[in-house]
Amino acid sequence: MRYYLYKFSMFGITLVMVSLIIFFVFQLLPGNPAQIILGLDADEQQVRHLEQELGLDKPAIERYIDWIAGVFQGDLGESLRYQLPVSEVLADRIPVTTSIAILATVLTVVIGIPLGILIARTDGKIISVFLSMITQLGISIPSFWFGFMLILLFSVTLNWVTSFEYVSWSDDFFGALRSHFLPSLSIAISNIAIVIRYLRNTILDQRKMDYVRTATCKGLSERAVLYGHVLKNALIPVITIMGLITADTLGGSIIIENVFALPGLGSLLIQSITSRDFPLVQSMVLYIAVIVLVINFTVDLLYKLIDPRIRQKG
Amino acid sequence: MIKKHRLPLYIGLTFVSIAFIMMLISLFYTPYDPNAIDPTNRLASPSLTHLFGTDNFGRDIFSRVMEGAKTAFLIGTVAASIGLFLGFLLGASAGYFGGWIDELTMRFIDAMLAFPGILLAIMLIAVFEPGMKNTVIALGIMSIPAFARIIRSSFIQYKSYDFVKASIAKGGGAIHIMIKHILPNAVSPILVAASLSFSGSILAESGLSYLGLGVQPPDPSWGRMLKEAQPYITSAPWYVIIVGMVITILVLGFNLLSDGLRDVHDKKA
Amino acid sequence: MKKVGGKAFLLLFFVSVLLVACSDKGANEAGEQAAKANENEEKMGGTIRVAMSTEVDNLDPYQSAATDTMSIMDNVYDGLLDTNETGELIPAIAESYDISENGLVYTFKLKENVTFHDGTPLTAEDVKYSYEKLAGLSGEEPISSQYEVIEKIETPSDFEVVITLKEKNSAFLAATIRPILPVDYDNHSEKPIGAGPFKFAEYKVGQELRLVKNEDYYNEKKIPNLDEVLFKIMPDSESAILAMQSGEIDVIPGISSQGKEQLGDTIETISAPQNMVQLMALNNQVEPLNDIHVRKAINLAIDKDMIIDIVAEGDGVKLGSNFSPSMQLYYQEGLEDMYQTNINEAKKLLAEAGYPDGFDLELTVPSDYPFHVDTAQVITEQLAQVGIQVEIKLMEFSTWLEKVYNEAQYESTIIGFTGKLDPYEILRRYVSDYDNNFVQYENKAYDKLIHDALLATDEAEMANIYKQAQTMLAEEAASVFIMDPYRTVAMKKGLQGWKMYPIQKFNLEDLYYTQ
Repeated sequence: MRYYLYKFSMFGITLVMVSLIIFFVFQLLPGNPAQIILGLDADEQQVRHLEQELGLDKPAIERYIDWIAGVFQGDLGESLRYQLPVSEVLADRIPVTTSIAILATVLTVVIGIPLGILIARTDGKIISVFLSMITQLGISIPSFWFGFMLILLFSVTLNWVTSFEYVSWSDDFFGALRSHFLPSLSIAISNIAIVIRYLRNTILDQRKMDYVRTATCKGLSERAVLYGHVLKNALIPVITIMGLITADTLGGSIIIENVFALPGLGSLLIQSITSRDFPLVQSMVLYIAVIVLVINFTVDLLYKLIDPRIRQKG
Repeated sequence: MIKKHRLPLYIGLTFVSIAFIMMLISLFYTPYDPNAIDPTNRLASPSLTHLFGTDNFGRDIFSRVMEGAKTAFLIGTVAASIGLFLGFLLGASAGYFGGWIDELTMRFIDAMLAFPGILLAIMLIAVFEPGMKNTVIALGIMSIPAFARIIRSSFIQYKSYDFVKASIAKGGGAIHIMIKHILPNAVSPILVAASLSFSGSILAESGLSYLGLGVQPPDPSWGRMLKEAQPYITSAPWYVIIVGMVITILVLGFNLLSDGLRDVHDKKA
Repeated sequence: MKKVGGKAFLLLFFVSVLLVACSDKGANEAGEQAAKANENEEKMGGTIRVAMSTEVDNLDPYQSAATDTMSIMDNVYDGLLDTNETGELIPAIAESYDISENGLVYTFKLKENVTFHDGTPLTAEDVKYSYEKLAGLSGEEPISSQYEVIEKIETPSDFEVVITLKEKNSAFLAATIRPILPVDYDNHSEKPIGAGPFKFAEYKVGQELRLVKNEDYYNEKKIPNLDEVLFKIMPDSESAILAMQSGEIDVIPGISSQGKEQLGDTIETISAPQNMVQLMALNNQVEPLNDIHVRKAINLAIDKDMIIDIVAEGDGVKLGSNFSPSMQLYYQEGLEDMYQTNINEAKKLLAEAGYPDGFDLELTVPSDYPFHVDTAQVITEQLAQVGIQVEIKLMEFSTWLEKVYNEAQYESTIIGFTGKLDPYEILRRYVSDYDNNFVQYENKAYDKLIHDALLATDEAEMANIYKQAQTMLAEEAASVFIMDPYRTVAMKKGLQGWKMYPIQKFNLEDLYYTQ
C-alpha cells in the first residue's frame, strides 16, 4: 500500500511540474493574440477592444491562477481565436488523435509481437542479422516521409486511395478505418520496429534462464517452452516499452496529422501556437502530457501486479 | 562468428563515413553553387548533369544535399553535446548523491518525458523563434532525459563497486571520484547514447523543419528540403524520395553504429 | 466545344439563346458569359462543397476579422451597397443614395421588400442600429475607425436613413458594404441572421459550415440557383487538391500554381489579379536604405519577372507602385517599367551612394508564408549580383506583426497587402503619421495628396490624385513593389458563374451547374 501512495504522490509532483513548465514556456512567447486575430489592417481601437474582451490586460500570474483553478473545475477557459470554450473546440479533435494513437498501438502489437517472436526464433542464423538491420531501418525512417511515400504509393502510383479526406467513426466505420489506417501505420512503423527488437532481446535473454533449461530438459518441446514459459515472461517488459512509446505515438501524431490533413490535436496545436491562442495551446499540451503520465503510471502499477518480484523490492 | 556480429557496425560506419566525407568535400567543393537559381532548369529530373535533379528554384539538389550534410552533422554533434553535458550534470549528481537530489531530478526528468520530444521542441522553438541555433538548443534539451537516465544508472552501478568505495573512504572529493573513477567506466553506454541522440536529433530536425519550425532558409537542411519538396510530390517525386532516403541512410548509419557498439561492449563484458 | 457535334451544337445554341433571353442573369452579364452559356444549359438546384484553408474565426460579422470568414458570411449578410467586378459600388439593401453638396450628409433609400432570415422586415431602424454599433455611438467602442467619422444617424421614415459625417470623407461610401444586422439581436456568433442570399444552417467547429438557399431573397434576380453550399475546412492545400481530384470537393477558392498544374484539365480554373500588393518593404529610416540611390539600386537589381516566373509560376502581374491594376479606375499605368533590371546601373548608383562593394542587408520574412519565403530566396540571389549580401531572417507571422509591423524594427521585409475597395485605405499606408506606416516613408507632398483625395468629391479628380500618389511612391522608390499574384479558383467541370472581384468575394448566388 505504501508503494502505491508513494507512486501516487510522485505522480502528483510530476503533474505540478508539467503545469509549471507549460505555463512558463508559453508566457515567454512574443506576439499579441488580439492583433493576430484582427490581422494586418486592424486599427489600435479594435486591438484594445479585443484585448479587454479576451482578458489579456490582466497580469500573467492572475491569468495562470485563473487557468489552473479553472482546470480543476473542469473549465479550460475560452479559446482566443474561436471565442468558444476550449473544451468545445477540443471535443471534435480529441477523438481523431485518440483513434490514431489507439490504432497505431494496435498495429504495433498486432504486427510487432508476432514478428518479434518469429525473429527470435531465427537467432544464430545469418538471417537474424539482416532482419535486425531491417528493424533498424524501421526506426530510422522519418515517419512523415514514410507518410509521403504511402501517399505516393497508394494514391499516385496505384491509384487505390484517391483522397485522404477525414471520415469520422460514427459516419462510416470502414471509411473511417480507411482514413485512419495510413496515418496510423506511418506512426506505428518505428514503434513496431522497437517492439520487435525489444521482444526479440527479452526472449533471447529468457531462454538463457535456468527455468527454460529445466523445462527443456524435462522433455517439453521447444515450441511449448517458448509459448508456455518464455513468452509470458518476455511480454512483461514489453508492456513497459509500450507505455514509453505512447509519448512517441502522440508526438508522431502531431506531425502526421499535418501530412494527412486530419482534424486532430496536432494540426490544431501548430495553428494555435502560430496564432498565440494560449488557453487552447496550454490545454492541449496539458492534455497530452497528462495522458502520457497516466499511461506510464498505469503501466507502472500493472507491471507490479503482474510481476510480484517488484513488489518485494518496492 | 565475430564477423557476423560486427556486420551492423561496419555497415553503420560505412553509411556514416560516406555522409561525413560528403560533408568534408562540401567544405571545399560542390558541383554547383547550392544556392544558384536557374529559372530555365526547374524541377529537372535526375541526370548526369544534375545527379539528383533540380528543385523548384532550379538549384542542384545534389549540391544542396552535400551542403545539408554540414547542417546535419552540426545539429547532431552540438545537440548531442548539449544533451550530454546537461544530462551528465543531472544524471551524475542524481546517481552519485542519491536521496532527495535523485528524487527531485528524476521527477523533473519524468515531467520532461511527459512531453513527446517533438512537442517539447515545438514549445521551445515557438518561444525562441525558429532557426538553426534555437533548433540545436531545443534538440539538445530534448535529449537530456535519455543521457541523464543512462548516466544515472551507471553511476548507481559503479558507486557500489569496491574501487569507488575505497576511493570515497580515502576521502576523495565527489567531482574527483566522478571524473577519475566512474566516468571512464561509463564511456561505453554514453557513446551508445550519444550515437542514438545524434540520429534522434537529425530525425527530429527533419520533423521540425517539415512543420516550418526548424532550420530556416537559406541555411540548407534536409528537413527543410523535404518541406520544399512536398508540393511537388506528384510532379517531381524524385525530389522528396531522394532527400528522404538521404536522411534515412544517415540515421540508419548511426543507429547501426550504436547497435554495433553495444554488441561489442556486451561481448567484452 | 470541339467535342460537340455540329447539330447538337446548333440545338444547344437555340436552347441557350432562349435561356439567355429568359434569364436575367444571362442578360445581365457580358458577352463572354453568354458565349459560355451557349455551351451548356443552366440548371437549378444542386449542392457545392467548397474547401477552405483557414478556420472560421467568428460568425458574428462585426467580430470576425479573418478574410475567409468574412467572404463566407458575406453570403448571409448584405450591406447597404455592394461591389461589382471592377470595384464600383452598386445598390444592395439601399436602392439609391444621395450625397449632399457639402459632402457631409449621405441619404440612403432602402428597398422595401427586404426581410431578414427570421422573417422580420428590414427597416431603417436596423440600419441605424448597425451603424451605431459600427461607429461606437451606442456607448461601446467603434468596431472600426473607418466609422468614427459618423456624427449621427437619423431615420426620417421606415425606409430612409440619413448619415451625417463629422467631416468630408470620400472613403466613407466604400465602407457601406458592411453587413446590416437585425436590431437588438445579439447571437450572431452562434446563429447568424442576415438578409443575404443564403441562410446560415450549421457550423461544426473546425470542420464545416453549411449555408442553404434563401428562397425569399429580396433581389429576385439573384435568388441562388444552388440549394446548399458546404464549406469544408481543409488547412492542407495538398489534401484539398486530392479531395478535388476524387470529386469530394467542387470548389477551391484559392489554389497555388503547383496545385493548378497538378489538377490539369480535369477542372475549370479562373485566374485573375486579386488586388494584392506583394512588396519588399524597405525601411526608409535605416541606413543605408534612407538613401534614395540605394533604394533605386535595389529596384534596378531585382528582376520582378523572374520572381513571377519562379515563385508564382507566371501567375502574377508586375507592379510598379503600391497599387494593383485590378482597381482600373484609380490605377496609374506604366509605372511597372520604371526600373528595368540593370545590374550595371544599380552598381553605379550604389557607388554614388558610397557603397561600391554593396552592404549587408537583413531581410525579415514571415515564415508562415512560403510564397514570401520563396520570393526572399530569389531576391537574395539577385541582390548578390550587385554585392548586397542579404541575410534572410524568418519569424513567425505573430512575431512579425509585433516587431516589424508595429515597431518597425527591421531593415527590409516581404509581405502582401490584401486589397481594399477604397484607394484611400490602400495608399494611406505611406502617410507619415499613419500608425502602421512601417516603411517609414515620410513625404509632406505625399501626405497632402492623400489628404486632398479625401476631400475630393469628383471621381475623376480623386482618381487623378491617387494616380499622382502612386507615381510619387514609384519615383522615390519607397519600396520594391513586386507583383499582384493571381488568385486562382478551381471549380469542378460543369460548374459556372464564378466571378473575380477586387476584394475576396464568393458570389455563390451566381453559381450554377450545367450538367
